[in-house]
Amino acid sequence: MRQPVAYDLFGPVPDRISISDKKGSMKSIALDIQGLCKQYDSGRTALDDVSLQVPEGSFYALLGPNGAGKSTLINILADIVRPSGGAATLFGHDMFNERSWCKRHMGVVPQEIAFDPFFTPREVLHFTSGLFGVKPDDDWIDELFVRLELSQHTAKNTRQLSGGMRRRLLVAQALVHKPRLVILDEPTAGVDVELRRRLWSFMRELNEKGTTILLTTHYLDEAEELCDQVAIINKGNLLTAQPMREMMRQVASSYLWLHYDDEVRISEDDQAALADFSPRIVDEGICLQLGHKKENGQSMFHQAYEAAVRRFGPPLDAAVRKEDLEDVFLRLTMSDSGDSEGATA
Amino acid sequence: MSTANPRGMYTIFRREVHRFLKVKMQTIVTPALTAMLYLVVFRYAMGDRHVPGLGTDYFTFLVPGLAMMAMLQNAFANTSSSLIMGKVMGMQIYLLMAPVSAAEVVAAFLAAAVVRGVIVASVFLIVLMPFTGIHLLHPGILLVYSICGSMIMGGLGLIGGMWAKNFDNVAMVTNFIVLPLTFLSGVFYSVKQLPHTWQILNHANPFFYLIDGFRYSFLGVGDTNPFASVGIVIGSAIFIFSLCWYLWRIGWRMKD
Repeated sequence: MRQPVAYDLFGPVPDRISISDKKGSMKSIALDIQGLCKQYDSGRTALDDVSLQVPEGSFYALLGPNGAGKSTLINILADIVRPSGGAATLFGHDMFNERSWCKRHMGVVPQEIAFDPFFTPREVLHFTSGLFGVKPDDDWIDELFVRLELSQHTAKNTRQLSGGMRRRLLVAQALVHKPRLVILDEPTAGVDVELRRRLWSFMRELNEKGTTILLTTHYLDEAEELCDQVAIINKGNLLTAQPMREMMRQVASSYLWLHYDDEVRISEDDQAALADFSPRIVDEGICLQLGHKKENGQSMFHQAYEAAVRRFGPPLDAAVRKEDLEDVFLRLTMSDSGDSEGATA
Repeated sequence: MSTANPRGMYTIFRREVHRFLKVKMQTIVTPALTAMLYLVVFRYAMGDRHVPGLGTDYFTFLVPGLAMMAMLQNAFANTSSSLIMGKVMGMQIYLLMAPVSAAEVVAAFLAAAVVRGVIVASVFLIVLMPFTGIHLLHPGILLVYSICGSMIMGGLGLIGGMWAKNFDNVAMVTNFIVLPLTFLSGVFYSVKQLPHTWQILNHANPFFYLIDGFRYSFLGVGDTNPFASVGIVIGSAIFIFSLCWYLWRIGWRMKD
């Protein structure tokens, strides 16, 4: 059970909306989006009736290919883009009618890096604190600089910072008023691996202290590792939204991979014989992939193996491979797009 | 719980002041110097001639008018340049994301515009007043016209900045609207010198009342009765503020 939020700067926590999880325990909802739509003046539909619920204290991944509508959704929440329809509440407060309250409890890391060229990082954070109605807390600001490895650069002009530093300053900016919900729109683009790991470690720590985090990222392996909830959208439509573990259990498939020493070709007869296992040639033609078939809740991989051996002989090696988030993501978005081109996460 | 955010408003105001003070050569010294150069040129071109109908020499006549013109132009420049820079560089999202109401944002921007306008005019007047015989005669009128004039121009700058999509758009508003209206507002002449039709046109120029009222506070004479125009000036400032508030609230040309 996660701890309640560590800081509440602006008064008592409002009445909570709750949902029950699979075990029947009640979870408060941090962000509740209902039927959100966005159609631009050009006629393009960026969001089409998207509904999702972000549980309080969760680390929520919002995934989708480029142009899926992730940033539009975030920009609507951040009040940068006007919604065409729908509703959203943040900790029970109407996001479109109680903007001020909601904005005070939300920190957004936008995708685009932009800073006032007249300011130093410290001035940026002082300014942001003030904008959110908070007296600048230099202890917290110093901690942010340490955690985001910007301590050596606090007196520089923002123009003098590298792309990665500016990206981290964006994160610091979103956290400076200690929001209860943090929205990270591609926070690690252009940040090197080591710093990315440290940034995630910091985010995980904040999350463990109770901060709800909504994340969009192209690094699906990181999303899988960090997030306990996931939603996938494509072309403005929500494809799935559920706990990460549940989705991986329900949606992610397992495959039997049989490696041969030479190229494998599937004839029409082979195709018919292995039809139950959806055979595919992968790994530069030397590997036969067979789908998972279950009977009475039990794996039938041994049947797939035996059928393949009958057609192609014993393989050099055999392995069972579970789809990861990237595989699931690609499969869902590609089938939604109705094409065989790989989607870009 | 109150949703007012006075600290947020003050922060925007402070940022705007900080922004123009960081480049004070460009935002304070240069405009004051430009106004002084106008003065020197006209002083020597016009010699000791008097302004017809006002009983004052041309040099004395010019000083307050130029101070007010500099004030108005800089108040406009402060808001318009800040907004368009924010738009072009993508920084305006921080204002949109912040829990600061439209009224607070507009008040902060206009207050900063007033400060910049007043500083530029003050530098100009402080440097030149010892060389002229002018004295402040009506501080109340000066205060009202300075604050309302800067607010009106700051507000127009804000609207211009919201409307503009690039620096060229702002330059267009500055060069084709603000400059002609300020230059043709009686800074360099008394309307009494003009043919009848031009006098009527000048009276239709709102900047004319601002310049004339400001000049009256120093010279005690003017082309209009500044006390009668106070209501119009205050009303215009309130109208511009309200318009800015409304446009910011709906996110006019700021939000998709």
